[in-house]
Amino acid sequence: MSLASDASTRAKTPEELSAPITVPPPPSTEEPTAGLPVAPSGPRLHRPPVLPRLLRGVLTGATKSAAIVALLLVWELAPRFGLVDRTFLPPFSEVARAWWALVANGQLADNAEASLVRSFSGFGIAVAVSVPLGLLIGWYRPVADLLNPLLQVFLNTAALALLPVFVLLLGIGETSKIAIVVYACAWPILFNTISAVRTVDPTLLRLAKSMDLSAPRLFQKVILPASVPTIFTGIRLAGAISIVVLVAAEMIGAKAGLGYLINASQYNFAIPQMYAGIVTISVIGVAFNQLLVAVEKRLSSWRVPATG
Amino acid sequence: MSGPTTAKIEIEQVRKTFAAKKGRGRGSADGDGEFTALDGVDLRIDAGEFVVVVGPSGCGKSTLLDLLGGLARPTAGRILLDGEPVTGPGLDRGIVFQQYALLPWRTALGNVEFGLEATGVPRRERAARAREHLDLVGLSGFENRHPHELSGGMRQRVALARSLAYDPDVLLMDEPFAALDAQTRESLQDELLRIWQRTGKTVVFITHGIEEAVYLGQRVAVMTSRPGRIKQVVPIGFDSRTETDDLRSSPEFARYRHEIWTLLHDEVARTQLLEKEEVPV
Repeated sequence: MSLASDASTRAKTPEELSAPITVPPPPSTEEPTAGLPVAPSGPRLHRPPVLPRLLRGVLTGATKSAAIVALLLVWELAPRFGLVDRTFLPPFSEVARAWWALVANGQLADNAEASLVRSFSGFGIAVAVSVPLGLLIGWYRPVADLLNPLLQVFLNTAALALLPVFVLLLGIGETSKIAIVVYACAWPILFNTISAVRTVDPTLLRLAKSMDLSAPRLFQKVILPASVPTIFTGIRLAGAISIVVLVAAEMIGAKAGLGYLINASQYNFAIPQMYAGIVTISVIGVAFNQLLVAVEKRLSSWRVPATG
Repeated sequence: MSGPTTAKIEIEQVRKTFAAKKGRGRGSADGDGEFTALDGVDLRIDAGEFVVVVGPSGCGKSTLLDLLGGLARPTAGRILLDGEPVTGPGLDRGIVFQQYALLPWRTALGNVEFGLEATGVPRRERAARAREHLDLVGLSGFENRHPHELSGGMRQRVALARSLAYDPDVLLMDEPFAALDAQTRESLQDELLRIWQRTGKTVVFITHGIEEAVYLGQRVAVMTSRPGRIKQVVPIGFDSRTETDDLRSSPEFARYRHEIWTLLHDEVARTQLLEKEEVPV
């Protein structure tokens, strides 16, 4: 049943629908007739009807979450059956309870807020500085050539290695934490922005030149829109980095934040709380990345042929 | 020269050399590390004329077009447009590139509007004029498609519409149909002739295809192998040109084709010889 309905939702043409060959197991007789209204009126504007679409949605949802559900299941069962020491890895349900307790007493919100404020302000500053700077550097080819080796060094030096330097210079307050996030995020954005400007299709530049476009117009109408997808790849990268670096920074010296929560919980042997912090960070990271991926997809829809 | 009337385009003794890069054997290298792409090119093109420039590969056809478009400056000699020397690019000439050069983030309509944005056409008028020109190239109904949703032929139609929309006097076409399949190419050739007849633009069309040259041109300028110069200009005059006739299979067409083929043949042979010499043993 589920297999048959899956096949009929994927089928796009009436030929495919009426031909049972495309349906792996011979379906029950009402399946093809139920699928028949799918017959498209136009080849391009075709949309499957609501019910199979819903089923397909459920199915893809199930596929996507299966692995995560499996992980949580293993996490729940392994400690219970004594496969791992439940002192160090408590079952997921205990972690969930601890998480809920942290939510209830407001600790989680406070720490998450502290982290997010740092992370987002660092990330925001990095975007605001690196994108215009990268556009400028990319535009002046000699400058880009001059700075490229330096950029490679910074890009490939782990930002966290510099954390002690930041702490030395800026203390252990907010400034050093935001600064390290800015620093870590700036390089991938800068690097991607520069290469975005430099890899604009030369034919488009010739076109603009042949039309005698002024430099600001050329920038606004050709270079900037052409660069957006590549720049955004850098921004997405920086988004992931901002959280990683911040958590590490918070573990070293902080009085609030999710990194601090995790570390402090470990010191106090509040293991479920520690895992609750880790799970929260993971959820935030995934959500932030999903958000950026969605924006990126929207901005670069013209770059790849749209699929289905 | 004959007659005091000024031609639309006058190319006088144009020479173009480039600084040669080591290991790059294009053009005839001189002692001082430069090679000559064009040497002594003379050509006169009247207003409203359709001239095709044909030559062996690497003869400097595209360089010539760049010079006409103002994208490069001649090393010696001069190019006059309406009696004035060409000093840079301008909207009085529209270039159609082989690679279409469409902005992939814009729709077909947006791409045509792009040409108009450079001119002083008010915003409200742009869309209407862009639509009109998409219609002219037979693309009504495709206004909102992005380039990646269009076939190669359609993309080149959009590029053509873009160049026509800002109404240049001269249309410079750099092997525009070379990347298309034979059938699409033929239909676009007919389309181009129809548009040319309707708009009365001066067209300079670069190609390496002999049949394309004979089919499209009022005159075909045959170039020598490098350094490129105009070897001979062949006027093409078909007695009648009706849309139903298969012009390409007429004996006249074959005669012109053969004439240009013969002119080109020696040049192609010379090019091959030059290339062989340049390959280090």
